[in-house]
Amino acid sequence: MTKFNYTAKDFKSAAEVRWCPGCGDYAIMNAVQKTMADMDIAHKDFAVISGIGCSSRFPYYMSTYGFHTIHGRAAAIASGVKSANPDLTVWVMTGDGDSLAIGGNHFIHLVRRNINVNLVLFNNKIYGLTKGQYSPTSDRGKITKTSPFGTIEDSFVPGQLVLGSRGTFFARAVDNNIKHTQEVLAEAAQHQGTSVVEVLQNCVIFNDGIHDHISDPKFRAERQIFLKKGQPMIFGEQEDKGLILENGRLKVAKIGENGITLEDILVHEPAEDNLGLQVALINMSLPEFPVAMGVIRSIEALVYDQEMKKQIEAVQQKRRITCVDELLQSGNTWTVDGENCDEPVKFFDNKCFG
Amino acid sequence: MKNTKVIELEEVAIRFSGDSGDGMQLTGTLFSDTSALLGNDISTFPDYPSEIRAPQGTVGGVSGFQVQFGGKKITTPGDLAHVLVAMNPAALKANATFMNPGGTIIFDADSFSEKNLEKAQFKTNDPFTELKLNDFSLIPVPITSLTKESLKDLELDNKSVLRCKNMFALGLICWMFDRPLDYIEKFIQSKFGKKSPVIAKANLLVLHSGYNYGMNLQHMTPQYIVHPAPIEKGTYRNINGNNATAWGFLAAAEKSGLPLFIGSYPITPATDILQALAERKDLGVKSFQAEDEIAGICTTIGAAFAGHLAVTSTSGPGLALKSEALGLSVMAELPIVVVNVQRGGPSTGLPTKTEQSDLLQTLYGRNGESPVVVLAASTPSDCFYYAFLAAKIALERMVPVVLLTDGFLGNGSEPWRVPTMSELPAITPRKAKNPETFLPYNRDPETLARDWAIPGMEGFEHRIGGLEKNNAGGVNQDPDNHQRNSEIRAAKVEKVVDMIPELEVAGEPEGDLLVIGWGGTYGHMISSVRAMQDAGKKVSLAHFNYIKPLPKNTADVFSKFKKIVVCELNMGQFASYLRDKLPEFQYYQVNKMKGLPFSVNELVENFDKLLEA
Ligand SMILES: Cc1ncc(C[n+]2csc(CCOP(=O)(O)OP(=O)(O)O)c2C)c(N)n1
Ligand code: SF4
Ligand SMILES: [Mg+2]
Repeated sequence: MTKFNYTAKDFKSAAEVRWCPGCGDYAIMNAVQKTMADMDIAHKDFAVISGIGCSSRFPYYMSTYGFHTIHGRAAAIASGVKSANPDLTVWVMTGDGDSLAIGGNHFIHLVRRNINVNLVLFNNKIYGLTKGQYSPTSDRGKITKTSPFGTIEDSFVPGQLVLGSRGTFFARAVDNNIKHTQEVLAEAAQHQGTSVVEVLQNCVIFNDGIHDHISDPKFRAERQIFLKKGQPMIFGEQEDKGLILENGRLKVAKIGENGITLEDILVHEPAEDNLGLQVALINMSLPEFPVAMGVIRSIEALVYDQEMKKQIEAVQQKRRITCVDELLQSGNTWTVDGENCDEPVKFFDNKCFG
Repeated sequence: MKNTKVIELEEVAIRFSGDSGDGMQLTGTLFSDTSALLGNDISTFPDYPSEIRAPQGTVGGVSGFQVQFGGKKITTPGDLAHVLVAMNPAALKANATFMNPGGTIIFDADSFSEKNLEKAQFKTNDPFTELKLNDFSLIPVPITSLTKESLKDLELDNKSVLRCKNMFALGLICWMFDRPLDYIEKFIQSKFGKKSPVIAKANLLVLHSGYNYGMNLQHMTPQYIVHPAPIEKGTYRNINGNNATAWGFLAAAEKSGLPLFIGSYPITPATDILQALAERKDLGVKSFQAEDEIAGICTTIGAAFAGHLAVTSTSGPGLALKSEALGLSVMAELPIVVVNVQRGGPSTGLPTKTEQSDLLQTLYGRNGESPVVVLAASTPSDCFYYAFLAAKIALERMVPVVLLTDGFLGNGSEPWRVPTMSELPAITPRKAKNPETFLPYNRDPETLARDWAIPGMEGFEHRIGGLEKNNAGGVNQDPDNHQRNSEIRAAKVEKVVDMIPELEVAGEPEGDLLVIGWGGTYGHMISSVRAMQDAGKKVSLAHFNYIKPLPKNTADVFSKFKKIVVCELNMGQFASYLRDKLPEFQYYQVNKMKGLPFSVNELVENFDKLLEA
């Protein structure tokens, strides 16, 4: 039984969507809108907050409450929104530049505090809005307009940053796989605490095909591994490959070869606080490994906005001061009431306020 | 008693001075509170180094606390001290120039050793001659050894014994000024009594030793009488500017019926505001210590978007970091209050010293045409009312407001007649009412304020942002639209003029010289102008609390005087603002950039010169 019979359309605004034709952002938006419709939460309780970037135009295309803020600060502004009103369902829409460059500080502190917001990181490995400069997720050697001879710096792996910041939820998806993106977003929405979903997004104009080696549907089964809670970590067209641990390291093994059976394949446990293995999964890259997709980590931990609320409630249970008049009269006060004393002139009378 | 020299005074300034570890701030505060409780009016000035524990015994490590109290209205902590308590040679050296000629200097004779004289960089073994202090009443008291003597029966380590020295000085001063010890005793009991009864006992013993020392050796210590001040009826408390600011926001939250949110990052001298509000979970305050000042204001903007009374507190360097986000609140038209407790700049500057040099940063330090309302408090206690009013303006006009205070106000304290909530005006936030007609940037035709709809309100869902917008909040880069919106944002701030009172003149409404000040210099300005008036000069004061917009009658007030002088603790920022807004007048300037408040004397001298010229 659902309370509200929303469809994705109920979450679309009348504003004309202005992303370039073929941009991966369209697909992500469809997945988000579908997810929100399925959440069965009153439309009025959604707040979508973004920074600046192509991806950050997102709130204008939504029919919910939305706030398109300033570059890098979406995480901080969303932290204020959610702390002020924990009853809202708060989504942060942000790019790789927005969250990992200019907003890096707010991003890691949002994750560390574990404020219950859902953050979608549109990773196109480029600055789209400013027309194609390298970003903190661009690979070493990447040639762009600001790196005509190739970059000389290594990139962030977003999931590492999340787990390094004591993140409680990290998932990965690809823009061209809407169904899977939606499944992942649904789990992110369920999570209590900060959930970060990195979506590999194609920028057709400035970084076309940057994720193709991973995302090409023809090779999806071979190059991506879809991690599912409680399931063995298998992949491949024939579902005949899996991940095992050998000498403390991950390794791809063929089921049926060298005596490996399904029993030997690692089982995915995102709810276990197993940082080492989860970071290893995040780090897997082609060609040695398939790229990990799905919810890689989802653990329970205390949630900032709830703790803030509880602390106030706990203090108020035992409070001695219940209003400002009592506060003003509390502590060291004394009374002046001599005969040579004047009647007080009140500030707002004195200053002739209307 | 017959040998005692009894001096009756209208007002006295005492300076307590020692190493930053000597507990001088506490000593000064306890003495001030005691005096206020006796009915004296007081004004205090804590003056401490930016290093928490600078090298012991050096002039750089001296921490001072000056309090002036008296039998009449006290408006400043006093230019010069009548009595100095110097716990070591460095304290003597640092304060010699702030002494009233012929004043009394009480010093810890034990600490005037060769080694300490050297640390304070005295060239001879006679610091008093070196500093030309021979005309002063010099009272050597072996404070260290008497403290040790008083505590010899308690089994205390040397460090804890020495920590009690300040209580000896406090006891002695209380005797000199005929202050009872009961308030201080109660304080010591409640601070140490439970945690460490032996420390409480030690402090009490030493406090009494100091008091008795004065009584027993009364032939050499003068005793002063300062009568209570005739002040207004009511309940009083001592309050510093930062606490008053915090409480003003609490009052505004209660009046407006909104929860209070503060997002801030610690910075001297503003941190106390965040701390004072973090303490008030009992009143439901949500305090968020952010990762930096940018996040401080951004969480605040987020909370305002979500419908809270949202404030952020900082000092100059922090305001610089907040500037881009402050522009966002201008564009989005969200009600936030930013408090800037100014300190000496630029850069890290003089973190613990006062200055008024962020005025132009506040008015103009943002990209684009980005008008905000700017208020400035003028005494420690009126920070309460200006914080309240800043919140009222923000909420009723949907506009960001910056409240300027400074280190002198923030840390300084004075007795304050506490108001009741019923004395404060109502605050009516502009909550949107009709979803049918609602658009986020539809405006009240009178005030140009928009309506406020917050997430969770059914039927009002809308998008806003930092891009130039149409009435629905959608992006609109049309040239005429930007022109119109820029004008509206400016006009909206100007229209706040009808919420603020007219500029008041202290003294005759016309004359030879109009003295202009703004913000935290009020006490010194009014004292110096009164001194001029008492000397028969035609001088009046117009002190500004409302910077943007300026009060309606400003030009009118200015036009009645032959000369105008603008006094400020910067290089002339308000003067240049006035030249821009009211170019028809000529402005003289008095400026000071020493990290110190004005002194009444220097102001009077400057005014005399202007009258003669
Ligand atoms: C303070 C500030 N600095 C720089 C910019 C310019 N700027 C806007 S978006 C952007 C990068 C966007 O990249 P990303 O966050 O990856 O978003 P995308 O456009 O790729 O979706 C930059 C540098 C800005 N708007 N504000
Ligand atoms: S520039 Fe790239 S990221 Fe931006 S809208 Fe176009 S395709 Fe999308
Ligand atoms: Mg990008």
